[in-house]
Amino acid sequence: MITLPLPKPEILARRDEILVDLGRLLPADAVIGEAIRMKPYETDGLAAYRQMPLAVVLPRTTAEVASVLRYCHENGIRVVPRGAGTSLAGGALPLADAIVIGLMRMNRIREINLEDRYAVVEAGVTNIGITKAVEDDGFFYAPDPSSQLACMIGGNVMMNSGGAHCLKYGVTANNLLGLTFVTIEGEVIEIGGRHLDAAGYDWLGLITGSEGQLGMVTEVTVRILRGPEGARAMLAAFDAVEVAGAAVDAIIGSGIIPVALEFMDKPCIHACEAFAHAGYPLDAEAMLIIEVEGSVAEQDILLGKIRDICARFNPISMKLAESAEQSLAIWKGRKGAFGAVGRISPDYLCMDGTIPTGELPNVLKRIGEMSVKYGLGVANVFHAGDGNLHPLIMFDANDPTSFRKAEDFGAEILKLCVEVGGCLTGEHGVGVEKRDLMTSQFTAGELNIQRAVKTAFDPQWLLNTAKVFPLEGNPKIAA
Amino acid sequence: MSILAPDTEQALAAVVARAHAAREPLAIEGRGTKRAMLRPVQAARTLSTRNLTGITLYRPTELMIRARAGTPVPEIEAALAENNQQIIAEPPDLGAMFGATEAATLGGMVATNLSGPRRIMWGAMRDHVLGIRAVTGEGEVFRSGGRVLKNVTGLDLCKLLTGAHGTLGVLTEVTLKVLPRAEATGTLAIRMSDVARGVAALSAALGSPYGISGAALLTDGHAALGLPGMVALARIEDFADSVTYRLARLRDDMAAHGQSTLLDTPASHAIWRAVRDAEPLGAAAEDAVWRISVAPSEAAETAAGLTRAFGAKLMFDWGGGLIWVAGPANEAAHAAVMQAAEAAGGSFTLFRAPASLAASVLVLPPETPPLAAIARRVKATLDPAGVLNPGRMQA
Repeated sequence: MITLPLPKPEILARRDEILVDLGRLLPADAVIGEAIRMKPYETDGLAAYRQMPLAVVLPRTTAEVASVLRYCHENGIRVVPRGAGTSLAGGALPLADAIVIGLMRMNRIREINLEDRYAVVEAGVTNIGITKAVEDDGFFYAPDPSSQLACMIGGNVMMNSGGAHCLKYGVTANNLLGLTFVTIEGEVIEIGGRHLDAAGYDWLGLITGSEGQLGMVTEVTVRILRGPEGARAMLAAFDAVEVAGAAVDAIIGSGIIPVALEFMDKPCIHACEAFAHAGYPLDAEAMLIIEVEGSVAEQDILLGKIRDICARFNPISMKLAESAEQSLAIWKGRKGAFGAVGRISPDYLCMDGTIPTGELPNVLKRIGEMSVKYGLGVANVFHAGDGNLHPLIMFDANDPTSFRKAEDFGAEILKLCVEVGGCLTGEHGVGVEKRDLMTSQFTAGELNIQRAVKTAFDPQWLLNTAKVFPLEGNPKIAA
Repeated sequence: MSILAPDTEQALAAVVARAHAAREPLAIEGRGTKRAMLRPVQAARTLSTRNLTGITLYRPTELMIRARAGTPVPEIEAALAENNQQIIAEPPDLGAMFGATEAATLGGMVATNLSGPRRIMWGAMRDHVLGIRAVTGEGEVFRSGGRVLKNVTGLDLCKLLTGAHGTLGVLTEVTLKVLPRAEATGTLAIRMSDVARGVAALSAALGSPYGISGAALLTDGHAALGLPGMVALARIEDFADSVTYRLARLRDDMAAHGQSTLLDTPASHAIWRAVRDAEPLGAAAEDAVWRISVAPSEAAETAAGLTRAFGAKLMFDWGGGLIWVAGPANEAAHAAVMQAAEAAGGSFTLFRAPASLAASVLVLPPETPPLAAIARRVKATLDPAGVLNPGRMQA
């Protein structure tokens, strides 16, 4: 289990006074102090961890966020920023002595400019909400994390979220132009703008993916892109993981960059098929979903090339979608993968390591061995083009031994990812979940350099304390 | 000026550690091809990465290449070309602009975050830096990122150091994401009457579903095109069948914008290479050169202001979002560029100027006081004695 830092007793003792102060800074309906109304904020997408906060505030403007942060800075109160709370790594887990600042009321779309291809939105706008606002004109916002119906752009910025289509379109950092950034001192800073590549240090790049360690983001200027003429998927199933991996290498090696290239192992295929009846081949050891873009004729040519490549690897079966509807059917099982696993197991942990793609067969074999060792099932989905692996470890949360084993299993997988040349997290973030594993990827010196950069932004270490960095080694901040 | 050029990372770190202890500043460079960019560095000694060379890991199917910072860019491009791959951001070769006689290095290319025409579709240099090894101003070696395409583990110091011009650390090794080279390249060239219409045409092309990977506007046209006067260029890179199909569709869709012609792959390669290296700008040897980044719809007014102020020579890339400017190397022209960029809500860089001008003006937009305070603290963290490239980005 992850340990959280001891709450500061002097802060807990001042709770009533702090609530009164917050009530002076914000409208009455923006401050939540009653236990029953704070309950929804005690956890996030990593529901195994729960902690009630000191208070919750739901500001509506950048100025309100700034006033709360300034107050916290002046009073030494910890802050936990929160978007939609869909983090799978415990990034929004509260602390007993912290104020949760939720961004869900900052949900206005400020400006859409199709000519210059950007949108300015508040941090609480959902990921899908941006695309919905521009899709009638043929445009879209490219990063598409699987939580995109619920997750908010502010959280996407803080986690540098990816998605199934980032092999072609990049992750959040590659699709931003500007941020309204609020420091812990309550200073509001405009980073970047409506143009590409502001000169000087790349603050936009540093803040993106910083998991709330450096400040809060209240407004985001994103690039929007014109969508392709169309897209279509195919499915190819193989009798061995190694063979599917070799087919992926051959596709990439041929010069084709599919817009998505997803891999599922046998347990995942079975779980998804039982759930979605997508027509997946149950005798396959591994299956690829490959999507290409362009006009119908271009799709035919690209899918034909990919089919010819896959044919060299003796596939058990291949299915090329003939229409957009058939494409959706192929995707249906994959998009429902997490729900499908949730149906065959009471609980699961979703891991998020990245590996060099050539290591896939080796890594899946070793995960299989670990599954036997821990006595827990595992299903693997994998963004095969970019090496981002999502093992879903099945366990029973009502059984503490089962949960502990699942955590140990997950930690062993992530250490393996690092060992073979990959990393602990490709898109979910470190959060609390992987905090104590950071020493397996970074030296003490490297972690201290990152800590010092945080200190340059947050001298008292009030922002999302106890996330990202192992507690041991964090600076001792005088109260 | 004495040049130190260690051939191991360890030796390089020791040089920096000694400089830190002695509080003796170092000019940091690869082969010094962009030494004249931004401001002159105030340092008696130069630390060069030119002897840290060689590709250390290249996995074509994993779309990554790793090389030591002093590796010449052409060596990396040649290795990639053997596997039909390329550096994604299409970094310019500024040898002609800066009068360099050697090839630029990987480290210098990343430290200056230079991106060419393909930036508009595939991202900037910094978007493809997967990992770095670097030495802090205290001589401590550290890594950030790694070799995989998706990585959000810890703070992204790769982005912080990319474009930091050697002021926050000395890059010793860089891992880049790479992509396949397109089978074919085609270009639609359209005759234009003025900048506003030209940018509008480029916006229309970029708003099309055909995947435009280059969008430039050449104010004096180009001799090879057979079109007189100003010309807008839209590029498509893909498989040959796709390029043929999309270019024809694009030309139809854009018919109302003006008289047009199509360029085949060799002609496209030649003209986009020229655009990449800002050749059509036509900067004279004595001219100062600026880059201004704005929202494309601001480009025409920005350009008109600079034409009025000092008869600026102009070239537009990134759909009008990047304006290359050349003009007299004096404070009045520089003030006009600063004012124009600010009025457009954009950003500027004094890219090339005589030391006398560069040393006496802001070569980059000033940061707001709260951000400047953070920048000072970050600099103090990574280079407490201020020995790395003092004066490079600001006085």
